[in-house]
Amino acid sequence: MADYTDYEKIEKSAKVRQTVRKTLIYIFLGIWALVVLFPFYWMILTSLKDYGEYANEIIPKFFVLKPAVENYTSGFTAVPLGIYLLNTLLFAVATTGIVVIVTIFSAFAFARLNFRGKDLLFTAFLSLMMIPNELVIITNYQTITNLGLRNTFTGLILPSVTSVFYIYLLKENFEQIPDSLYNAAKIDGTSDFKYLFKVLVPICRPTIVTIVILKVIECWNSYVWPRLITSNEAYYLVSNGIQEIRENGFGRQNDPAMMAAVVIISVPLIVLFLIFHKKIMEGVSRGGTKG
Amino acid sequence: MKVELKGLTKKYPSRNKNEKKDVVAVSNFDYTIPDGALVGLLGPSGCGKSTMLNMISGLQKPTEGRIFFGDTDVTDISPENRGVGLVFQNYALYPHLTARQNILFPLQNLKGKDKLSKEAMEEKMHEAAKLVQIERYLDRKPSELSGGQQQRVAIARALVKTPKVLLLDEPLSNLDARLRLQTREEIRRIQRETKVTTVFVTHDQDEAMSISDYIVVMKEGVIQQTGKPQDVYDSPANLFVAKFLGIPPINVFDGEVKDGKIYIGNDPVLNVKNVKEGKVYVTVRPEGFIPSADGALKCGLKSLEIMGRDVSIISENPASLSESIRSIVDADIKLDPALSEVRFNIKPHKLFIFDAETEERIYFETV
Amino acid sequence: MERKSKKAWLYLLPSLLFLAAFMVYPLIDVFIYSVEEGYNSASQSFFGYGLYNFSYVLHDPYFIQAVKNTMILVVITVPLSTGFALLISLGLSSIKKLRDLFQTIYFLPYVTNTLAVGLVFMLLFKQTQQSPGLVNIFLGLFGIDPVNFLEGPYWAKMFVLCFYTIWVVLPFKILILTSALASVNQDYYNAAKLDGTSKFRTFTRITLPMISPMIFYLIVTGSIGAFKAYSDAVALFTTDLNAAGMNTIVGYVYDMLYGNSGGYPSYASAAALILFVIVLTITCINLLISKKISI
Repeated sequence: MADYTDYEKIEKSAKVRQTVRKTLIYIFLGIWALVVLFPFYWMILTSLKDYGEYANEIIPKFFVLKPAVENYTSGFTAVPLGIYLLNTLLFAVATTGIVVIVTIFSAFAFARLNFRGKDLLFTAFLSLMMIPNELVIITNYQTITNLGLRNTFTGLILPSVTSVFYIYLLKENFEQIPDSLYNAAKIDGTSDFKYLFKVLVPICRPTIVTIVILKVIECWNSYVWPRLITSNEAYYLVSNGIQEIRENGFGRQNDPAMMAAVVIISVPLIVLFLIFHKKIMEGVSRGGTKG
Repeated sequence: MKVELKGLTKKYPSRNKNEKKDVVAVSNFDYTIPDGALVGLLGPSGCGKSTMLNMISGLQKPTEGRIFFGDTDVTDISPENRGVGLVFQNYALYPHLTARQNILFPLQNLKGKDKLSKEAMEEKMHEAAKLVQIERYLDRKPSELSGGQQQRVAIARALVKTPKVLLLDEPLSNLDARLRLQTREEIRRIQRETKVTTVFVTHDQDEAMSISDYIVVMKEGVIQQTGKPQDVYDSPANLFVAKFLGIPPINVFDGEVKDGKIYIGNDPVLNVKNVKEGKVYVTVRPEGFIPSADGALKCGLKSLEIMGRDVSIISENPASLSESIRSIVDADIKLDPALSEVRFNIKPHKLFIFDAETEERIYFETV
Repeated sequence: MERKSKKAWLYLLPSLLFLAAFMVYPLIDVFIYSVEEGYNSASQSFFGYGLYNFSYVLHDPYFIQAVKNTMILVVITVPLSTGFALLISLGLSSIKKLRDLFQTIYFLPYVTNTLAVGLVFMLLFKQTQQSPGLVNIFLGLFGIDPVNFLEGPYWAKMFVLCFYTIWVVLPFKILILTSALASVNQDYYNAAKLDGTSKFRTFTRITLPMISPMIFYLIVTGSIGAFKAYSDAVALFTTDLNAAGMNTIVGYVYDMLYGNSGGYPSYASAAALILFVIVLTITCINLLISKKISI
């Protein structure tokens, strides 16, 4: 390393290599972006194709000149997609609402209140996190059936309104708020209830938003439980609805109409995502697991 | 290795999108670091000193200006080829590697003709570890070392590949007060032993004054003054440097030069000649006051702080820019704390005056 | 103190009630179901207790097929998706322009309905009388003969299922790894750069060890998730997964409970317990390995 004479050359070749590397990275990322986006493109494209033309395509066209909008209207007339959407919305809002309330109360009890057996109970809660849904769903199915709650919203919602994971997440966050705030509130004569909703909840809003995001996505994708518990189309959610449409809906080969239905049920979450993508991605990485 | 910095300027695009103007972090920085010297870059936070360090290391490219190591222009040479060692403020020791592996790490990177044998690496590593006196802790991970020990490992890692220039970013800021004194000496010793040209950055004037051969005082990206620490202290070039150096800080007064006299408020404190008349800032170092019954400067006595060797007299004066004036005098000088007034004569070489407009030093001759 | 205690229990009441009714009780019940022999859902009666249910399930060719399918799915998709997500995250973290756009695009599958988008994949791979399907047309460009992906050979069906599963799980993994990479202090990279560390060595000696906890987290959660695969398969091969030979363990549990071959909660319970044991074992092995490596 005594002199720098060859470094000019080294620097130059390093620059070239750098440019090549960058280009390769962009190409790689671009290709995967295409792989991700293509199904969405294809779904929209197919949904706009006229059924008659589509059925006769040998090599599918990559564009449509005359979009067939009737595919979309038939999603609401030939099959009750509107009802499915409404059901899912109701299911998502109700479940998420109850989950948030239950979670806030429990997290507060674990984080701020003292009672005998608290540590033991919390450990018991945590160990429940290990239990997969598949294990308890069998009895829950029997329970709901025996209670005569099949094909009701109550039956749909009840088993999924408590999540130990969310309680854990929020409890951790509550505990980060310094004791002094709680003591100050006590001295001012604030009740626990008021402290919880006027101080803790606003401060921990990001975590609660995270919980809402995760739960809404989960509800929108929920398939197994609704399938078990509903046999009446009037209570189908979008996942069962789309499966029903596929198996008995427009006739097996009417792919354009089916894709229109897929677009319709995909749009709400995607629009939400495009608006709040920063928040949603942040929320998911803060505490999310899928599956 | 002599390091020459010629007209270095660094501009960043403004973070505020509405503002088109660039942020100037360093402006036209001209300075030559002599071979083997220990130089402290000193200034308040945000003055551009860290940017300077990054430009010397090559992690950042200057917008304008050139950097020379010896006679070689290294401005366009990337950091790994410059041969610099950098000790990060948070040490940046790899947490999953032991001290030994951390020190070996740079050596294992060497390729081609510089490649070392296993034994040679071991030897160099031990040499560096011995220099910073951490041989006993070589097999510990950073999390098992104290702050001071981590600092030493970081220095060893920077020195092990015998860099041409050693750079230290706020080397003492993460240590507690006692360790700071000790580590300060340690850095000085290591630098003397290796004779490597060293630049360090600090916002702590005490730190810079105590170990540097030379200091460079910066403010808002511009050099204010350079020189040996004592020279800069004894002869600050402007009001900023005067206020920035010295603990306790210098006392600043509103004053005036009139009729061959320097006035603090209405008190003529010094007879001078060959000075332009007008409003000035008068500054006096704490050690520049001599209490005297017929002293020229009249102050209200607030309190006395007796600290063994010397006594701090806390007083007040309407012309003072701060609430109280602190002067340090020998403990032999007895003063009655019940008095309401204290009078001082001023030592001429401890008094500086600065133009009220430009804040530049105005030199004068005493009569 | 007593009053306080009461208040705490009041706050906990809702979650305690729900958990007891829909978690704890079913958990106990599933064990009971699994040992009740000859249970009849209609009359809610059974012959006696024993391990026959387990023996039945373990000898059921459908179950064995389901275990095989699930295992293959786990072994293929977990390493591939984690590795691929790491590659993409590394790519993402080394660019500045378009980074946000790419990140947003990559995350899109996370917010879509698995069943709905699965239908699109089915469409892409589907062979009809007129058309060989888009994927086959694409493969034809490279001179590859058309494959009946959805109703053809086993490996072809497995390929589609794995491909779709990876497509679905990648967003989460990319997100986690990108933020893990971003949380590595830049000073480490600067230190490595000053020492002239090569890109490859920086990756293996610095980046990888620093993000390894996250990688293990993804492998553990990814394995658990893949073991529970079901709705992706339904989307591609319809609810009658046994007929397609593409059933998964979870699918088997549900089929036993409900649907055409349903009405056997005892068999379902036994199968669910077997799944639980498999997942627990694999998770423990994963954790053991991760501990060994990180020490």
